[in-house]
Amino acid sequence: MSVIPVSYYLVLSAVLFGLGVIAFVFKRNVITIFMSIELMLNAVNLAFVAFARAHNRLDGLVFVFFVIVVAAAEAAVGLALVIMLAQNRQSLSVERMDHLKL
Amino acid sequence: MLILDHLWIILALPLAGAGINGLLGKHWPQSRVNAVAIGSVTLAFLAVVELVREFSELAPEQIPFVGNYFTWMLASVFRVDFALAVDQLTVVMLLTVSFVGMLIHIYSTGYMAHEGGYYRFFCYLNLFMFFMLTLVMATNLIVMFVGWEGVGLCSYLLIGFWFLKKSATDAGKKAFITTRIGDFGFTVGVLLVFATFQSIDFGTIFKSLAANPVSERTLTVICILLFTGAVGKSAQLPLYVWLPDAMEGPTPVSALIHAATMVTAGVYMVARMNPLFARAPVAMLVVAIVGAVTAFYSATIGLVQTDIKKVLAYSTVSQLGYMFLACGVGSYAAGIFHLMTHAFFKGLLFLAAGSVIHAMGGEQNMMKMGGLARKIPATYWTMLVATLAIAGIPGFAGFFSKDEILEAARSGPNANLILWLLGVVGAGLTSFYMFRLVFLTFFGAPRYDEHHIHVHESPKNMTIPLMILAFFSIFGGWFAAPHLVGGTDYFEHFLQPVFSAYAPQPMGEQALAGNPAAEGPPSPALGLFHAVTGWPVIVAVLGLLLAWWLYIKNPDAPKRFAKSVHALYALLLNKYYVDEIYAALIVRPLLWISTNVLWHGIDQGLIDGIVDGSAHIARLAGSRLRELQSGNTRSYAAWVLVGVVGFTVLLLTLFVTGVH
Amino acid sequence: MTIPILLFFVCGALAVVGAILLIASREPVHSALALVLVMAALAVLYLLLGAPFIAAVQIIVYAGAIMVLFVFVIMLLNAGVEERTDFSSIAKYVGLPLGFVLMLWAAHWLWHSEAAGAMGTTATTAAASSHDLSVELFRQYLFPFEATSILILIAILGALVLAKKEE
Repeated sequence: MSVIPVSYYLVLSAVLFGLGVIAFVFKRNVITIFMSIELMLNAVNLAFVAFARAHNRLDGLVFVFFVIVVAAAEAAVGLALVIMLAQNRQSLSVERMDHLKL
Repeated sequence: MLILDHLWIILALPLAGAGINGLLGKHWPQSRVNAVAIGSVTLAFLAVVELVREFSELAPEQIPFVGNYFTWMLASVFRVDFALAVDQLTVVMLLTVSFVGMLIHIYSTGYMAHEGGYYRFFCYLNLFMFFMLTLVMATNLIVMFVGWEGVGLCSYLLIGFWFLKKSATDAGKKAFITTRIGDFGFTVGVLLVFATFQSIDFGTIFKSLAANPVSERTLTVICILLFTGAVGKSAQLPLYVWLPDAMEGPTPVSALIHAATMVTAGVYMVARMNPLFARAPVAMLVVAIVGAVTAFYSATIGLVQTDIKKVLAYSTVSQLGYMFLACGVGSYAAGIFHLMTHAFFKGLLFLAAGSVIHAMGGEQNMMKMGGLARKIPATYWTMLVATLAIAGIPGFAGFFSKDEILEAARSGPNANLILWLLGVVGAGLTSFYMFRLVFLTFFGAPRYDEHHIHVHESPKNMTIPLMILAFFSIFGGWFAAPHLVGGTDYFEHFLQPVFSAYAPQPMGEQALAGNPAAEGPPSPALGLFHAVTGWPVIVAVLGLLLAWWLYIKNPDAPKRFAKSVHALYALLLNKYYVDEIYAALIVRPLLWISTNVLWHGIDQGLIDGIVDGSAHIARLAGSRLRELQSGNTRSYAAWVLVGVVGFTVLLLTLFVTGVH
Repeated sequence: MTIPILLFFVCGALAVVGAILLIASREPVHSALALVLVMAALAVLYLLLGAPFIAAVQIIVYAGAIMVLFVFVIMLLNAGVEERTDFSSIAKYVGLPLGFVLMLWAAHWLWHSEAAGAMGTTATTAAASSHDLSVELFRQYLFPFEATSILILIAILGALVLAKKEE
């Protein structure tokens, strides 16, 4: 089908993951941080699919399936929490949510 | 039961006395303390007498008689046994120490009768006897050192007996620290001995030395190091400075420790180590020079002192110099002889001085005395006897011993005319200042207020020891009259085995038995006439006459003379400013270093700094680490990232191959 | 240059652009839309990699449900422009550079990795059909499948409980 080497996909995955990390560290809005987590998960999914293709197995795809499912669940619960927090603190900046300090 | 089989009894008696008085005597009446203290020392003396009797029955091969009681230290090659030995030299020392010690103990019961801390005084005094006897009977350098240090300790305790008086405690510290400097040299010497001979036992060392020659340089170094200990303990130049200050202690202490016994430990040590010294002529020369120079130097200081005890202190330093001079020129027997006679007459001088001070109600300045001869006759006559002895007037004990030393210096095998000259001039000075002391104290018009000070003779327990010592100051020299004056020279022959047993043999095929060198250095024989008209006697008489002229005939002359040589007089009166020089050159820099470098710098800065600093660092680290828990999610995320990156890098570079 | 390669580069670039837009946007809604763009691009890439089922699931579930949820929440909370708070200096000075480092270094390493290179190209076989995938799912991975269904149940319950207003 295509003659793209696997490493190309892996590099792309790495770049996307890195950008997700940067977004996680850089952004202040808690929802945006959540989205950066989703970005990271997507990058990982890409890597899995690429590997599945490279080794000609289906296990990678199954794993991607589960990742997507779990991401959904996590997004649901997480966003519920975010709503509660936002209403509590009247702000969406993650830096205002610092109850856990000493 | 032979004392010889139980030598330890001689040591145990004074130790027990010290223990009992020290632990229990605080609330005892003086009579009971006396009984314990004097009893223990008297019993020790009787034991010594019995020991001498048994000793005289021993065959020559049994000497030295050794009693080995237990092995004290054992570490592979290093072996120290607690062993006591008796040979001729030990016998002489034991008799001197125990006899004079006993007399001084008796005297002290009178002198210290009105003092506080009575039991403590006798405890320390007994303790001193224990250590001194240990020193004298030791068979090896380490046990000797135990005694050496022990007498130093007791000296410190007794000098500072009146510990509430600052000058006394300062003097005690000065004594201990100054002798410590000498002791350091001594210790290094002992280490070197062990390194050279693999043993510190006298017998083993001497036998080894006779069998296998040791390089002269090593022996010289060893001897000089050991001698530095003697310089400290026996108050020679340059470590003599503690002895005049030690006069702060009670007079019986000055008599016993700083005249008769402790200060002679250095002489004893040199005499004991004579096989080593005999093979190191340079060391012997050093000993002789130090002795002669000290003898002369100290006599010059004694010329102008006004405190009666200080004069005697400088006199002691001077006489010790004579003993070292004797050892340095090879006449060990003469040195020991002078040690013995000196114990008699110097002990007597101090005790008599104590009696004078007691009579004058505490006054020690001779310029405030005068005319005491008729008032305290017993003290006067005994002191006069002692002065005649120390001046070397023929007939008294000091004459025989001092003459023998000076004769050995003049014409013996290692004669040295310069040293002899120093000795002779010193003898003249000795005679002068001693008679000056007598004339100022006992003659002339009283220079004190007769209404306020009632001079009275001392009680019998003080005057009787004076008389006994006076007897020995006269006749103590006779029984050992060297054939210098046509006598039998019993003393020298008695000690000969000690000083010739391991003497170096001259080269050649001379058989041991018929070898004249095996008899030890011969003492010159002059005959009575030559001895009596020799230089030492001349200068002694000159000294007496000069003192009479200056202090009895023309009492104002000394003042005029002192004014005319004002600078020299001041120099002598201030003891050549040696104490001040030491203070400036040594004490102050050391104190500065101690305070600023060691205390502020190292102790406060470094050590406290490390301890406080580590606590500080811990707290600092804690507070910084605490800031990590800021509650800020972003910073948490960043830290997690740091960890992830680090971990990933670590994994990939270490464990995965094929990486660019 | 064949179409697949071209497609790869275009979609890859789109994905990266989307990610950068996610970082660069000031409004959360824009970030959410950028993320949708990323997911779409990725779905195409999945197709390229011969996983049509996964591509479909990506679009339907991820982009269609999860991102919609995100947008809902953003709208609900009326999240406007990001508040400009800046308390964490460590994140700014250490986290960002380190993130860049991680990304570049991982990319570099993967590019030059022999192992990755040894895996060859993705050209060989036919696409994985959903039939094969479901066989795999319901045989080998039955237990995880059922477990995740319970997980979703829990998530629903949790969300319900959390979002419920106090009476």
